[in-house]
Amino acid sequence: MPTSITSATAIARERATARAANPAPDPDPAALPAGPGSQATTDSLGELEAGLDNLQDAPAASRPAAGRILLPLGTLAALLSLWQLAAWFGSPRTDLFPGPLEVLGTAGALAADGRLAEAVATSLQRGVLGFALALAIGTPLGLLLSASTTLRRGLGPLVSGLQVLPSVAWVPAAIIWFGLTDATVFFVVLMGATPSIANGFLSGVDMVPPQYRRLGTVLGASRTQQLLRIVLPAALPGYLAGLKQGWAFSWRSLMAAEIIAVGGSIGFGLGSLLQQGRDLSQMAVVVAAILAILAVGIAVELLVFTPLERRLLHRRGLAPGAGR
Amino acid sequence: MSIAIENLSKDYGAAPVLSGITTTIVTGEFVAVLGASGCGKSTLLNVIAGLEPPSAGSVGVPAGGAAFMFQDAALLPWLTARANIELALELRGIPRNARRARAGELLELVHLADAGDKRPHELSGGMRQRASLARALGQDRPVLLMDEPFAALDAITRDLLHEELERIWRAHRRTVLFVTHNVREAVRLGQRVLLLSSRPGRIAAEWKIPGHVRTDPAAQAALTGDITQRLREEIRHHAN
Ligand SMILES: Nc1ncnc2c1ncn2[C@@H]1O[C@H](COP(=O)(O)OP(=O)(O)OP(=O)(O)O)[C@@H](O)[C@H]1O
Ligand SMILES: [Mg+2]
Repeated sequence: MPTSITSATAIARERATARAANPAPDPDPAALPAGPGSQATTDSLGELEAGLDNLQDAPAASRPAAGRILLPLGTLAALLSLWQLAAWFGSPRTDLFPGPLEVLGTAGALAADGRLAEAVATSLQRGVLGFALALAIGTPLGLLLSASTTLRRGLGPLVSGLQVLPSVAWVPAAIIWFGLTDATVFFVVLMGATPSIANGFLSGVDMVPPQYRRLGTVLGASRTQQLLRIVLPAALPGYLAGLKQGWAFSWRSLMAAEIIAVGGSIGFGLGSLLQQGRDLSQMAVVVAAILAILAVGIAVELLVFTPLERRLLHRRGLAPGAGR
Repeated sequence: MSIAIENLSKDYGAAPVLSGITTTIVTGEFVAVLGASGCGKSTLLNVIAGLEPPSAGSVGVPAGGAAFMFQDAALLPWLTARANIELALELRGIPRNARRARAGELLELVHLADAGDKRPHELSGGMRQRASLARALGQDRPVLLMDEPFAALDAITRDLLHEELERIWRAHRRTVLFVTHNVREAVRLGQRVLLLSSRPGRIAAEWKIPGHVRTDPAAQAALTGDITQRLREEIRHHAN
């Protein structure tokens, strides 16, 4: 067995030998067979490498983040102005086509009587809970499918199919099974989000470069180590994309369920608010509810998924658009 | 402790990739394997490393197994250079508290002590390759298999890494099997050069590189010319 790897002392010893050998005019060529560069000491080699490294190290460029915030805000302001102008000058029927100021007033009234806060809180709570449930089922499902070829052949197409099926299709069945209860809402959210999460996990695992697994094998990883230390970390970006889509599906399914299933013991969510606006023919309420649904969706995206994703990709050098 | 390759053949269903390869690589020897692109050099290393089973014949590798250095550095992008090396130590069963010190030594060995906390994408190609070398050395196996480790590097960096590798090899006397399609590199580093033919890959020729050739640029150039000539002949066979 060859000597085990050096310690600092061995390096020092080696450097000393190199220094000692250097002043000698012509070291025995047989004892020290080496190319033209062999005269260089370890020290100068290290120096040379350090110089080269420093030259190749690009200084980190930082960009002002202002454009990332100002640009979307400016766009939003422009769109709102256009909308207001259209409402003022374009439409004779403000009851059908309310402008942003009117919607804002309605939203203020909804906020004042507590309905808006209640609706947002109820929906968000259900969305998060339903998503957590889908996460708890979808992740092990994805793991199971990725681990067993048989299971994957059998269930894979079904899971992919379920991802395409609009989850509204489950609402009537859920109402028949669970009545007008929260169980109906959770069931629909679950059916909407779980396939996305499982599929995201699967595609994350599928896209792990085979090189990484081979590396694991060469490094002597056991099956468990291979999974925990190589495959799962490598699959994380794909999994996160699946989670993001899973959340989007949760939120959509939730709204569908809330719009259709109103009453009973089901609480008052944003979908219910939307449906109420429709029943009372209050267009401003409808628009305010739509905007609130949109705002919650954007807020979750910006506050939860974007930072997670940016951090994850940035650490791997995979976020070319991150600084732009 | 030597690698004994006995009548090794490998095919992927269709035509044979490797055919009847027999050679013995003695302990501490540095063997360079040359061959045209696609002749089966990587396949040979993969079979020796146990990543692929041989179709026929046998490969005897020392009990400790083989460390592998891939053509691209194959550093895990979510780990720092140091953590990449520590992972190799961990999978080898080194206890946690010993890993950090050991990884530090290895980083120092390849002159990367200051870059240990950078992630692979923050390193230059040469630094990545050195981190990969440090990781392969961290596996502490008697055999080191290297698959065109410096092919993607610029000439200056490659030259430096040649010296680096030679220095480390001389200090630690691993058995090294070094795959390349660069004749000068093979002559520069190898004590023995094997030339693989293409389709199927057999050992077409073999040269011993005597110690004095390495210090004699003229002799080195002459031998490089000879081997290049032979390699071209080998490739010309496939012209029609
Ligand atoms: N997994 C595989 N399945 C089928 N054929 C393969 C596989 N791996 C390699 N081959 C074939 O085997 C032959 C040799 O491939 P190999 O990668 O060993 O060549 P190489 O000498 O390393 O080439 P290069 O210098 O380009 O790296 C090629 O023709 C390739 O198509
Ligand atoms: Mg190859």
